[in-house]
Amino acid sequence: MSKKLTVSPSPHVRSKETTTGIMLDVIIALIPALIMSAYYFGLRALLLTAVCVGSAVLSEYVCRRVMKRNNTLGDLSAVVTGLILALNLPSSLPLWMGALGSIIAIVVVKQMFGGIGQNFVNPAMTARIILMVSFPTAMAHWVAPFAGSWSPDAVTAATPMAVLAGVQGGDVSAVADSLPSLTGMLFGVHGGSMGEVCSLALIAGGLYLIIRKVISPIIPLCFIGTVAVFMLIAGGGSLEFTAYQLLGGGLMLGAFFMATDYSTSPLNKKGKIIFGIGCGLITSIIRIFGSLPEGVSFSIILMNILVPHIENLTTPKPFGYVKEKKGGKAE
Amino acid sequence: MAKLTKEFSKGIIAENPVLRLVLGTCPTLATTTSVESAIGMGLAASIVLVCSNIVISALRKVIPDKVRIPAYIVVIASFVTIVQMAVKAFLPSLDEQLGVYLPLIVVNCIILGRAEAFAGKNPVLASAVDGLGMGVGFTAALFLMGAVREIFGAGTFLGTGVPFLESNPMLIFILPPGGFFVYGILMAAVNRLAEKKGKPRAELRGCEACPMAQSCAIRKTDKEAAE
Repeated sequence: MSKKLTVSPSPHVRSKETTTGIMLDVIIALIPALIMSAYYFGLRALLLTAVCVGSAVLSEYVCRRVMKRNNTLGDLSAVVTGLILALNLPSSLPLWMGALGSIIAIVVVKQMFGGIGQNFVNPAMTARIILMVSFPTAMAHWVAPFAGSWSPDAVTAATPMAVLAGVQGGDVSAVADSLPSLTGMLFGVHGGSMGEVCSLALIAGGLYLIIRKVISPIIPLCFIGTVAVFMLIAGGGSLEFTAYQLLGGGLMLGAFFMATDYSTSPLNKKGKIIFGIGCGLITSIIRIFGSLPEGVSFSIILMNILVPHIENLTTPKPFGYVKEKKGGKAE
Repeated sequence: MAKLTKEFSKGIIAENPVLRLVLGTCPTLATTTSVESAIGMGLAASIVLVCSNIVISALRKVIPDKVRIPAYIVVIASFVTIVQMAVKAFLPSLDEQLGVYLPLIVVNCIILGRAEAFAGKNPVLASAVDGLGMGVGFTAALFLMGAVREIFGAGTFLGTGVPFLESNPMLIFILPPGGFFVYGILMAAVNRLAEKKGKPRAELRGCEACPMAQSCAIRKTDKEAAE
């Protein structure tokens, strides 16, 4: 007998997937967006990213030490949090604010709730919102691409989202002068946070993650699809307006990289569909009716909070399960 | 005397009304956006608390058990009216800062809670000391919260600028989410302090964990019903 029969307790099926491997894939998927941000906003973008990642890793290490828990730097999740946070910030942001954001994300949002997998909202997204609420001027200081990267007084540009907020009934031609062309939107030649400008790089990264089966395509598709439908209606059927809405702001970054975070999104398909549509609806409502030009971060946080309820509603029934009748005895 | 000292000191950490008993949360979160209004709120509520504790304790044998809550409210409301008129007359700027929260002291659960849990059952002197201790604890907690929120959220302390923070205030601290955050952190710190002294954690899980469990009326009726 050449093959031995192995008898062992479960688990019998093992996967080679590890947390480190998944996080590494996410980092690889974010690299195109990082390169494009360095190309548009210069070395300042790379410096801010380094500060964010560095302080995220450092605060994770210090926090685990202080809390007397095991060291979790090896799973690279702190690197991913720092990287995603950096890509959500304007490149002109003071470095200490970036560091503070990383500390908030890791210490307050992640470690205080028990570390990786225990956080109930996305750490990077929450840190961005806290920074946005705390320092509204610095966080809305959008630098125009190629506009002298080192000086904090670099030329600023209104983001396409701020311009689009003033559009009535989807008629983009009225503000055409202050908007980049659609190709410009795709390649990212416009003001915005470091990582959100180049939609092409983000879509490429997202596709990489889907092909590697790190994320399921359901949430991004439902999220972007809902925004598309809503914008088509709000814009009176204008395809151009819809395209600007889809390519502008943090939609691609949020849909592919933040809404799909494992610990803060539903587990099964039905739940993922509800989650994605909810994100899309809240984003669209904030963009069209809200006083803020952009709503991706708030929509993801709000849906994150709803995830436990979505899970409760969508728990699959076991095969053959019969619901107990009210008042009657189950037999 | 030793008993009176204990009645006084329990209100500061072991049974701090805001941070351990989780009473009076609404004025705590609403009036701690600056140190000045926090201290104003703390002092106003403390005066009402001491006075109402004394009167309720003195009347405890006269007030029929079934209508005690309305009776307490009448006593408390009278003192709140006096304090409110005094503040309006002598400190109009504080009155403006506190706004609706000054008359709302009437329904402050710390005052009603102490009347129900302590003053209604104990002699006058002990009740006065209990009210004073709780008042000091309430004012201290409000001062701490107000200080943290004003220093980080506005970059000032009692109106004087704090270097660096003055030009970079972290606005979220004076907004409601920052208030809840500071509240939670302070609560955790005081829980830790009390735990070191051998008191149970305030876990908000059932009656047994509550620091007021011994004197609580609701718990007693539950127990009697069970028996």
